[in-house]
Amino acid sequence: MIKMLSGNEAVARGAWEAGAAVASAYPGTPSTEILEELARYPNVYAEWAPNEKVAVDVAIGAAYAGRRAMAVMKHVGLNVAADAFMYASMTGMEAGLVIVSADDPAMHSSQNEQDNRTFARFARVPCLEPSDSQEAKDMTIAAFGLSERFDTPVLMRLTTRICHSTSAVELGVAPDGQPLEAKPFPRNPAKYVMVPSNAVKRHPVIEQRMLDVAEFAESFPYNHIEQGERSLGILTAGVAYQYAREVFPKASILRLGMTWPLPARLISRFAESVERLIVIEELDPFIEEAVRLMGICVEGKSIFPLVGELDPRVVRESAIQAGLLPQSEHVPLPGVEVGPLPSRPPVLCPGCPHRSTFYVLNKLKVPVNGDIGCYTLGLIPPLSAIHSCGCMGASIAVAHGAVKAGSPERHVAVIGDSTFFHTGIPALINTVYNRSPVITIIMDNRVTGMTGHQDNPGTGRTLQGEETTPVEIEALVRACGIRQVKTVPAYAVKEIETTLREYLKLDEPAVLITQEPCVLLPEVRKRWVPLEVWADKCNGCGLCFRIGCPAILKSDELDAHLQRPKALIDAALCTGCEVCAQICPREAITFRAAEMSET
Amino acid sequence: MRDSINFLLAGVGGQGTILASDVLVNVGLAGGYQAKQAEVHGMSQRGGSVTSYVRWGRTVYSPLVGGGEVDVFLAFEKAEALRSLNQLRPGALALINLAAIEPVTVTSSGQAYPNDETLKQKFTQVTSKAMYVDGEAIATGLGNIRAANVVLLGTLSALMEGEDLTGVELPAEIWLNIITERVPPKYVELNRQAFNAGRKAVT
Repeated sequence: MIKMLSGNEAVARGAWEAGAAVASAYPGTPSTEILEELARYPNVYAEWAPNEKVAVDVAIGAAYAGRRAMAVMKHVGLNVAADAFMYASMTGMEAGLVIVSADDPAMHSSQNEQDNRTFARFARVPCLEPSDSQEAKDMTIAAFGLSERFDTPVLMRLTTRICHSTSAVELGVAPDGQPLEAKPFPRNPAKYVMVPSNAVKRHPVIEQRMLDVAEFAESFPYNHIEQGERSLGILTAGVAYQYAREVFPKASILRLGMTWPLPARLISRFAESVERLIVIEELDPFIEEAVRLMGICVEGKSIFPLVGELDPRVVRESAIQAGLLPQSEHVPLPGVEVGPLPSRPPVLCPGCPHRSTFYVLNKLKVPVNGDIGCYTLGLIPPLSAIHSCGCMGASIAVAHGAVKAGSPERHVAVIGDSTFFHTGIPALINTVYNRSPVITIIMDNRVTGMTGHQDNPGTGRTLQGEETTPVEIEALVRACGIRQVKTVPAYAVKEIETTLREYLKLDEPAVLITQEPCVLLPEVRKRWVPLEVWADKCNGCGLCFRIGCPAILKSDELDAHLQRPKALIDAALCTGCEVCAQICPREAITFRAAEMSET
Repeated sequence: MRDSINFLLAGVGGQGTILASDVLVNVGLAGGYQAKQAEVHGMSQRGGSVTSYVRWGRTVYSPLVGGGEVDVFLAFEKAEALRSLNQLRPGALALINLAAIEPVTVTSSGQAYPNDETLKQKFTQVTSKAMYVDGEAIATGLGNIRAANVVLLGTLSALMEGEDLTGVELPAEIWLNIITERVPPKYVELNRQAFNAGRKAVT
């Protein structure tokens, strides 16, 4: 049976067909759908871990226990999980272990575009790179086999264009019979207890392992030569293969399904069979440098860009520049001057529970150290209230460091509920232990928002829909040693401001938890009530425009006195959060009807 | 059968761009083509621009379409239409929904939003085959503004037939079946009406 699948759906399907029993992940674009999809298959245990390091440890534990296991993350997640990834390489496992890293060339939704193939070389682990959805499924199955055959974790490196592109996949059969039972946990300390005396013996083992995998790579079926004309030979992998094949229909191509370790003899034979050898790969010159170290003359990044993602145009135009293709292949762009277009940055949604806090922070003019999530959008004008943001969990410690350096102002760290569980907790403990008066705002919108509403330890529900004990953030914060902690409804503008002003007078760490479920959650959508502006009361002061709500528009009607546009609320967008109504000095915006009847 | 047909869809998060491209890729498949689709949807819920590529062909390698190689363009929003204009091949078929979704940069930072006259004049410089439809108005007439994306798919299907662009037989019923498989049962009839109203909008 043939089905259109995204690369992510195909990886999930492959894991299931391979009989994977345990999968753990932290959500992150472009990888998130892999676990969401896998969670729907029978006989698979799939979970959201609080962070990627936990996810990899969980998968390692399952593989030690003799069941095929997978951990999934976006590229930067592997930085968090690197410690676990490295020891898994040292120990090997009892059953297949596949680590999926979804890289994001062009940084569509990431803070960097690191090329995680380097992690495979660094950790002495094989790296597989599928070039479409069919290969994403087939190579996931192959990865488990490879893992078991050579007693090694396998890194599956995907990229955004593999994860989020859809192509036809021939489905395989379900794993037959009952799932295998877990074996008794191995009592094999020489292999699984990495104290120095054991680790020194394991290191030569894994170096030999990689030599063995390199030998296997010579005949690995996904390392495949498409023999064409002799004048040009192309080494390529992943989605770059598709661009190469499209732009050079007649060239000889060696498509590498395994990009680490590389099949030296196969590459050497291929190089000898062609007159000019080039590498087309996204991001780092990973294959190129390895091939050059083999003593083979090869070109790559001298022709194709090091930065950003490739596409057929980038490949073609680069090749024309390098004389690989005639000028006649050039595809002209229309080149119409479209004039200035309004930019459309992603913004906090209408009714977003984070907006009120950023409005207050902007007003207080304090330095704000931010974190990764929807609330990073507090950076966008007119809120303009995020002054640093680097990686998951960075906010609190960055604020602490700035304070310890003598930063003359009080620092505020903002972090979401899921990010707090991810890596925020140790940094909060640090502000207590090392005594810094950082004010931490935990923006608890009761869900992992930016990646599309995943459950997390605070929601009381697991990935596979089971009820569980929700972690109480306020109790957790107190247990960390914070004495000043308060939970406030996230739409209560005045209460947020009053609390922060009080905290600013203190000389100790303090935590404000702003709590309100994400306005896009289905149960919250049912409560949406659009508000209205009483045009006769509005004098066009413009204060409500300063909260940056997409539902508040400038009316065509000008105030007779100030000659400024009055406010107008787009009923199709407004959810009735009332933040604008609370800050309007002329009470020109309605409150929700239910509340009005109470007052 | 054509060697290849490259589609670009452009809109704003929430307009149904991704559903429309899912329909298009499956229509191509039903017509006997190889088909691929690619999109970026990381931040689309947050009101950002959304673009999606669909390709039909005898053999399709790249899921992306290079600049200047778009044969069929479907824009759900006017500013997004202009933003992608220079991706079109000269003479491409362009269907533009006359909807304006003003970003906050217009409402709160005073950036200018392009007017219809400019929009049409710019498209004329690239193609004589640009058509403008008010999908929201037609959908509102049918009782649900959210069916606008299916109205546009209806118009697109008729335009592609009219220009003999599909290269294979693709009766309206195939489009309709693929659409109705993707909407909740209670909206099937609405979407059928929306698709047919869209087809009739071709002048």
